[in-house]
Amino acid sequence: MITFDRVSKRYKEGHDALREISIHIEREELVFLTGHSGAGKSTLLRLLMLMDRPTRGQVTVDGQNLAKIRPRAIPAHRRNIGVVFQNHQLLFDRTVFDNVALPLVIAGYDHRETGRRVRAALDKVGLLSREHAQPITLSGGEQQRVGIARAVVGKPKILLADEPTGNLDPALSAEIMNLFEAFNQVGVTVLIASHDLALISRLQHRIVTLRDGCLVSGGSQ
Amino acid sequence: MIGRRETPRRKESARPSRAGVLNRFSAWIQHHRLSAADSLVRVLDNPGSSLMTWLVIGIALALPVGLNVALDNVSQVSARWDSPAQISLFLQDGVSSDRAQELGADMAAQKDVAEARFISREEALEEFRSLSGFADVLANLQENPLPNVILVTPLPTLDETAVLLLRTELQDNPEVAEAVLDMEWLQRLNTLMELSRRIVLAVGGMLVIGVLLILGNTIRLAIESRRDEIVIVKLVGGSNGFVRRPFLYTGLWYGVGGGALAAILVSTALWFLEEPIGQLALLYESAFHLSGLGLMGALNLVILGGLLGLGGAWLAVARHLVHIEPQ
Repeated sequence: MITFDRVSKRYKEGHDALREISIHIEREELVFLTGHSGAGKSTLLRLLMLMDRPTRGQVTVDGQNLAKIRPRAIPAHRRNIGVVFQNHQLLFDRTVFDNVALPLVIAGYDHRETGRRVRAALDKVGLLSREHAQPITLSGGEQQRVGIARAVVGKPKILLADEPTGNLDPALSAEIMNLFEAFNQVGVTVLIASHDLALISRLQHRIVTLRDGCLVSGGSQ
Repeated sequence: MIGRRETPRRKESARPSRAGVLNRFSAWIQHHRLSAADSLVRVLDNPGSSLMTWLVIGIALALPVGLNVALDNVSQVSARWDSPAQISLFLQDGVSSDRAQELGADMAAQKDVAEARFISREEALEEFRSLSGFADVLANLQENPLPNVILVTPLPTLDETAVLLLRTELQDNPEVAEAVLDMEWLQRLNTLMELSRRIVLAVGGMLVIGVLLILGNTIRLAIESRRDEIVIVKLVGGSNGFVRRPFLYTGLWYGVGGGALAAILVSTALWFLEEPIGQLALLYESAFHLSGLGLMGALNLVILGGLLGLGGAWLAVARHLVHIEPQ
């Protein structure tokens, strides 16, 4: 589903963020991506989101070579991937419902379908009762769950998460990880970047480890 | 645990967003509706700052438009004076009244002449005596100092040069001492009007550019204040068009409001001037009536405002939106 083939990324300042990385992730797999900060986890996710292009090598997502996606087609590519961010990236001037509905509004779903799907997504993350709340009134864990609902509401094949438990206590973190596992069980390919080794090693999934832009372990099953 | 509630679903749940031209079109229409409504609400939510923007645009548009309406009115007045330019033919002293009458009839028969009216020197003196208030002075005169006069009215279809040509022709008649065509002041007026028109055009052009820049700047500020939102929308797959739309509508609403305000300002100014001008016209025994913008004029002004709003927003969006990318 996701393939990195000898991918390198060198930033203009000469810093090598990724060096000759080769990773293959199967369809419907859940993979953790770990390493110290600056190891290249975020760069890897940025390449998948086409927020950046690799300096060398090739990234393939769902059979499509990302190098062939033109700038105009980037939005369509992003609509097929759900993303969860460490800092939630919620819109604080809108309700929980409107935040979750954003991808559907972009995709152009009609009113009823949007309402149905948003409520289904909020139900999955256990926030159905808070749909009219303002995000600012929610706790950190709840905000992250809103972020997850927004990521899955468009039913993407791939779900990416960048340090989704970064600011949460262990119990909440485990809860969030269980959510990702639940989505993985219904067929979504999930890639989670996290440096919380204690947490992710308890869960039985492949762990890809990066160090200073190099692959240390877990490149393939 | 929250995740446990998840019941197994069919694989199709992971299917990507639906396609289809019709769906895309209706999505596009729907987002236009949403953007239009949402940006209107945003504009109305800040009545103070929105009113300021509307006023700036309204005043900038009202100035040249108001001047133009004023010029239209002046040219309407001058057009009324323009058409029957009269040529006064002062005949030689030696020409008798009978001969002068014949001459008048001849001239009336010419092709470029609408009318030729003969005024004998006696009639002229009588008229002068009754109208000028110099009756006493005139009574002391030994003889009538006034010549016989023929007033020639050229056909109204003649233009300025043709009338001048006619005057030269009439002047060439040996029995005519002098042919006077009092058109110089009219020419001056027309030149002045042309000059004013160009000044209004230049000022209007500059103000239009000013409006564009003001709107561009207003939209730039709106973009800056919603930078986070733009980044998030782009992250979850919003296209440039999707991100652009609300700002273009914001520009449109500012422009339309400004245009409407300009129409109101101009109409108010005209209404304010209507009464004194009416009185002035009455004093000059003129049927002159101040003509305003009219409904079409007001509508055009609103449309012009809207176009300027869109243009200014486009300027800002083209410059600033592409640089806001998720980092």
